[in-house]
Amino acid sequence: MTAVSTMNHKGRRWNTCLQYTLILLCLCLIAGTAWAKDDGNRWFQIKSSLFGDKQIQSGEQILGLESPARAMDAAIVPITIDSKLEQTPDRYIKSLYLVIDNNPSPVAAVFHFPGKHSWETLSTRVRINAYTDLRAIAELSDGKLYMVNNYVKASGGCSAPSLKDPAAAMAQLGKIKFRMPEDYSQGDLLPTQLLIKHPNNSGLQFDQVSRFYIPADFVRTIQVTYNGEEVFTADTDISISEDPSIRFGFIPQESGVLEVHVKDSKGRTFSHSMDLPSQGKG
Amino acid sequence: MKRREIPGLRLLFLSMVLLLLPAGVVARGVTAEEIAPGIYLRPGIQEEFAPPNHGHIANIGFIVGNQAVAVIDTGSTLNEGLWLRRLIREVTDLPIAYVILTHMHPDHSLGAAAFRQDEPEYIGHKQLSGALASRQSVYLNRMNQILGIMAKGTEMVLPTRTVDVGEVLKLDLGGRGLYLRGYPTAHTNNDLSVYDDKTGTLWLSDLLFVERIPVMDGSLRGWLKIIGELGDRGCVQVAADSAPPLKAEASEGCKTVNRIVPGHGPVVTQWKQALGDQRRYLEIIATGIRKIIKQGGTIPEAVASVGLEERDKWLLFDQFHGRNVTAVFAELEWE
Repeated sequence: MTAVSTMNHKGRRWNTCLQYTLILLCLCLIAGTAWAKDDGNRWFQIKSSLFGDKQIQSGEQILGLESPARAMDAAIVPITIDSKLEQTPDRYIKSLYLVIDNNPSPVAAVFHFPGKHSWETLSTRVRINAYTDLRAIAELSDGKLYMVNNYVKASGGCSAPSLKDPAAAMAQLGKIKFRMPEDYSQGDLLPTQLLIKHPNNSGLQFDQVSRFYIPADFVRTIQVTYNGEEVFTADTDISISEDPSIRFGFIPQESGVLEVHVKDSKGRTFSHSMDLPSQGKG
Repeated sequence: MKRREIPGLRLLFLSMVLLLLPAGVVARGVTAEEIAPGIYLRPGIQEEFAPPNHGHIANIGFIVGNQAVAVIDTGSTLNEGLWLRRLIREVTDLPIAYVILTHMHPDHSLGAAAFRQDEPEYIGHKQLSGALASRQSVYLNRMNQILGIMAKGTEMVLPTRTVDVGEVLKLDLGGRGLYLRGYPTAHTNNDLSVYDDKTGTLWLSDLLFVERIPVMDGSLRGWLKIIGELGDRGCVQVAADSAPPLKAEASEGCKTVNRIVPGHGPVVTQWKQALGDQRRYLEIIATGIRKIIKQGGTIPEAVASVGLEERDKWLLFDQFHGRNVTAVFAELEWE
């Protein structure tokens, strides 16, 4: 693991602001356990914290959201968001919010896109604690908001959104991989998977042994760049599964370096890079 | 919200109970059988948690020595633990000195508070406390949601004595010794087995599922290694890993296994066959998932295609197979 100080400072202020909002939201929602009984009310609170009284339109034309009807493993629920919009430099998805209403910290992630790299599909894995609505909200470059949502049932009795092997998770903390097809051509959309070894521990669990809450330790920001230019930046939270995985696509116009910079809640930074020749073998 | 009693509902319920009487006053999953001298098993019902089975879904039981009783697993609720305690008291008045929790799962661990009155030593894997603590609210909420009033009073009890990975703890019940062994991450990260030297019974709990689909909540590679070694060796190691290496046949440090008590399903004497069945299932999903990972495939793709040929071979396949594939995918991706 390497410490990096090359993070893009642009938008940091917004990030800090968002972080405070997320923390506040999280605290409010833990305190207000009564809310959990009223999903509608909970979404109303989340919505007004994130977007004020801005109108959110139905997003069926803009986004697709795939999630299992029932969470199979509460700790690893795969979700995929498709962009149905023909993204152009004039009209593109600027930010994408991923919200899980009934999780202790409902805003799982916020992705920011610079509009230069079009994308078709984005996948990640989340923890799901209870029966919940799952939402994807796109903020377009014109400022308009569009939402799609799915209902996800909780998993069976013995499945918990916890780490399966905390010792193993810590042992490899900070390891990063890019996975992509060996075969690709310049100018085509290159499907890429980013994997980060991190316990992404929620810190909401009371440790009966030590009588303390386990301190949170999770990935805060993930920034992916190609030849130094931002592909996307994600502000992430504790609802993202252990060993965060993000599948995304981008179009490498020329040979170059794909890089990722990760920052976690304890201030650790990790980075990884990969050289992409002008054309994949094959 | 105030609950209103619906008139006649109680009467209706009573008459339903009476109607069921001829089928057996004793509900399913509340009797124990002596599977070997002094070893009593309360077989779990091969279902997922649901009100009709009261959460009595795991194999739980107890072992009686000349001087003391050891409980092995306690059920899903305080009530189930109390049922087990009643069964013990029908058999013996000896003190309940030990309550052994084989791992964290709620169907095995959540009845433990029923034995507080006996002031036993609660024994579990070294990693059991941490695993239980991090799942406490989820497990207790789920049991309350699913079982409602049947789960009343249920709480978690953490072990007072622990067994580390590769360590063996011997308990003397009088006339028989129990060897408790802690394993590296397999079914969970806190699996413990119990071997009774008097009858050659190995209580493997959820390290072995018989007839019911295995549930992977730890490490597939770790689990395959453990059952592979046990099957190849043909005997159970009762010495710690730090002891001198064992020969591949029964000896002082490696004892004969006459029967295995799985965590779910019937007791097996042809136990190599049962281990083999489980191994086959786990290897099939590992092979299928590795192939999909290599092709750049996703979890939903793996869930939709891997291991489906095993469907008719296991109970509760549809409830747990997708979960296994999901968890194993996330593990094998880092190979």
